[in-house]
Amino acid sequence: MSTETLMPYDEALERFEPVLGLETHVELGTASKMFCGCPTTFGAPPNTHVCPVCLALPGALPTANAAAIESTIRIGLALNCSIAEWCRFARKNYFYPDMPKNYQISQYDEPLCSDGYLDVEVDGKTVRIEIERVHLEEDTGKSTHVGGATGRIHGADYSIVDYNRAGIPLVEIVTKPIPGTDRLAPEVARAYGTELREVMRGLGVSDVRMEEGSMRFDVNVSLMPRGSSEWGTRTETKNVNSLRSVERSVRGEIERQAAILAGGGRIFQETRHFHENTGTTTSGRSKEEAQDYRYFPEPDLVPIAPDTAWVASLKAALPELPSARRKRLQQEWGVSDLDMAAMHNADAIGLVEATVAAGAPPADARKWWMGELARRANEAGVPLSELLITPDQIARVCAMVAGGALNDKLARQVLEGVLNGEGSPDEVVAARGLQIVNDEGELTAIIDQVLADNAAAADKVRSGKIAAVGALVGGVMKASRGKADAGRARELLLEKLGVSE
Amino acid sequence: MSLIHKSAAELGALVAGGEVSAVEVAQAHLDRIAAVEPQVNAFLHVDVETTLGQARAVDARRAAGEDLGPLAGVPIAHKDVFTTVDMPTTAGSKILEGYRPPYDATVTRRLREAGLVILGKTNLDEFAMGSSTENSAYGPTRNPWDLNRIPGGSSGGSSAAVAAYEAPLSTGTDTGGSIRQPAAVTGIVGMKPTYGGSSRYGLIAFASSLDTPGPFARNVMDAALLHEAFSGHDAMDSTSIDAPVPSVVEAARNGDVAGLRIGVVKEFGGDGYQAGVLARFHETVELLESLGAKVVEVSCPSFTTALPAYYLIAPSEASSNLARFDAMRYGLRVGDDGTRSAEEVMALTRAAGFGPEVKRRIILGTYALSSGYYDAYYGQAQKVRTLIARDFEAAFHQVDVLVSPTTPTTAFPIGERADDPMAMYLADLCTIPTNLAGNAAISVPCGLADEDGLPVGLQVMAPVLGDDRCYRVAAAVERALEGRWGGSLLSKAPAL
Repeated sequence: MSTETLMPYDEALERFEPVLGLETHVELGTASKMFCGCPTTFGAPPNTHVCPVCLALPGALPTANAAAIESTIRIGLALNCSIAEWCRFARKNYFYPDMPKNYQISQYDEPLCSDGYLDVEVDGKTVRIEIERVHLEEDTGKSTHVGGATGRIHGADYSIVDYNRAGIPLVEIVTKPIPGTDRLAPEVARAYGTELREVMRGLGVSDVRMEEGSMRFDVNVSLMPRGSSEWGTRTETKNVNSLRSVERSVRGEIERQAAILAGGGRIFQETRHFHENTGTTTSGRSKEEAQDYRYFPEPDLVPIAPDTAWVASLKAALPELPSARRKRLQQEWGVSDLDMAAMHNADAIGLVEATVAAGAPPADARKWWMGELARRANEAGVPLSELLITPDQIARVCAMVAGGALNDKLARQVLEGVLNGEGSPDEVVAARGLQIVNDEGELTAIIDQVLADNAAAADKVRSGKIAAVGALVGGVMKASRGKADAGRARELLLEKLGVSE
Repeated sequence: MSLIHKSAAELGALVAGGEVSAVEVAQAHLDRIAAVEPQVNAFLHVDVETTLGQARAVDARRAAGEDLGPLAGVPIAHKDVFTTVDMPTTAGSKILEGYRPPYDATVTRRLREAGLVILGKTNLDEFAMGSSTENSAYGPTRNPWDLNRIPGGSSGGSSAAVAAYEAPLSTGTDTGGSIRQPAAVTGIVGMKPTYGGSSRYGLIAFASSLDTPGPFARNVMDAALLHEAFSGHDAMDSTSIDAPVPSVVEAARNGDVAGLRIGVVKEFGGDGYQAGVLARFHETVELLESLGAKVVEVSCPSFTTALPAYYLIAPSEASSNLARFDAMRYGLRVGDDGTRSAEEVMALTRAAGFGPEVKRRIILGTYALSSGYYDAYYGQAQKVRTLIARDFEAAFHQVDVLVSPTTPTTAFPIGERADDPMAMYLADLCTIPTNLAGNAAISVPCGLADEDGLPVGLQVMAPVLGDDRCYRVAAAVERALEGRWGGSLLSKAPAL
């Protein structure tokens, strides 16, 4: 584990400027694998989604999955790329037990999509991330190294391989180097990852579940001294598996590299591994001793030559992209830039949109998701989308509040009940008896009791200090355990005390 | 005439007419195999019960009234690079010794469905790398014409089995001449179809962009029948051509060359060519002219650079194709004693499991693809390949087919070139351009060389998907020469 020294972030940024680069792997959500007919569903028993092709049995041949090619082109179009009129797969040759053929079918100098961009918003500014290429390849099997300290192949007692993942279509999206992010580098990296994930979701090409590895990042970072224009040597942190980790890995790598450079050392071009627990990286294999992949055009597959009219029709049929959608929703909902950014960062836009679609006023939908529910998600340490409550249920609660059946305090209890698995909002209301007290008789009785118990406050109100009625309303609410309609209670109190506003 | 001396077409007709059963036909060939295998060693695997079981199933299908094709009940031997679910598949290599595939190659599956009965798997140069079958890990196959000579390669087991009457038909694969050259030196017919015309699915790959499955037979019609039976588009092979199979059986029946324009490739002849080979070749060209063909000389200058280009492209692809033999999922595993890493086991297995020629080509190919050398070697070879395709294209504007000797020499003695890879590689001098361009070519017997009395082959090359032209010319040559000889060339071979 790392014993390397770090330079505090602020100091590092005073002395150095970072240059970023991101490579993103996205597993496509096609029904079958890239080069055979095996299913792609996650979580099947090991080595059950396999066949002669994806096990690389002697004589087996790949055939390309047309749906995966279509998805890749759509991703390229969404990222404003040019689509190749003719390109080929290539073999990337290296030996590893989880790669059945001992070469990966990928693309080399002829990617399907190239030269695009993705705009992301950070701190109210739009940052344009240039995309170098988008290409299609196949995933490897999954190795598990048993025994040994590191969980890596070296030092393990033995390793087991699950080939279910071998051959799942994988899209690699590579940015051009990203200079000029300055101290926002970690945030820019994260914002890019977030935006890219939304693009994938919007296109419906991948479930982008980072915890299942269906979207993962390789993060490249280099530093150059302030005032220099010559980029430093970069490191590549592999397989960073959450957006938060993308941000932390950039920050950690800046701090590590700055300490080395400031101490007169040099950065080696190498791959590094990110550690969730510490937020730091440790050295993997050095690129200088890395293999020569001996790329050459894949002779088992014919070139891909997408028809230009077909590509144009795919482009025309692209769904609204996330940034355009956000602009539209912001207008529709009439919320500030700041509120919109907060919803975006909390990954709440889709939830709010669905809640509005289910009938809730935008302001209420936003209030619940960004308030009570955000608090609960935060407490539970899960994303909003994983709370056990649906936009429809939120909309139902909003409707009950609007109809006067619940007040905000009761509504919070309803939400709590739903989150606890006590059933639908209506079931929770019924089970917990959370109706607002609308029975005037019951309310009058409570008010009489509160007036009797708070004679001093009652006198203050009678003498014209109307503001003192607040304490009495509070008493009524307390006595009714929140079920009273506070507005009606106030009216009745003032009436009883013979005071008018 | 005994069953083993009949043609495949005759056997198919006899079985169809109910005059003999598929079991009787299979048994006759199994008996022949038992009698001559000790001398020939054409087979790596023979399993009498499996073969007879298949034959019984064909008889049952026919008895049930199933409409089977013209080759139902005819036995066949498969080169041991086609996967078979009921027999081992080794590619002639120790690394796959005893390996039993869980699936049939498209070629074997289609022929099984057409009712052909598999006699066994034939010997070959390991992973189809060679021109003599001496590179087999299981010992050389011998030429039925002279047991001290090679039967050609890499499909030498398949050519020898047909020439020795062990099988009326066999399959082979042709990557640089591995069907045509063995056919030529054993006095039989061998066809390399258009690349993509026959499926590679289930064919253990040597060089993917060149490998082409094709037929061996003792006459042109039988070859055409077999060609037609396994050809056609296969969705499992992305490089398979989605077009109708050229009408090769019709062409073999027709055999009319009147008015056909035939080009003699100027570059194939002269130094290094055996006099007897050239003599038979020129006589055959004259024969074709006498049959009404218009013969002209055609120059294909880039053909002289085909051999070096081939020996960069084929090993490059092979170095990658053979990477899968790593002891992890199947085949030989060496050194797995619980102390060694997966990487070490891979290395030990490959060191023990591959023979010297395979290693030579893996090293050659790995080098040619290496960073810094790719452009000079692999890249340059691909440019040569384009030039060769252009030479063919230009030639086929002038003529309908091109002809040449199939090989520069007749069968050479076993061991003569074993230590001289370059001399061995020259055996494919005339056949390689066709592989690089992906077009069609056939070898048909055209006589015996005067100096050694061994068979000489005529190669007929046609454009992509012009396979029928090969059969048309081959049939004309066969008909005219057999008339002259009073029977097949093979009938002149010494009895085994």
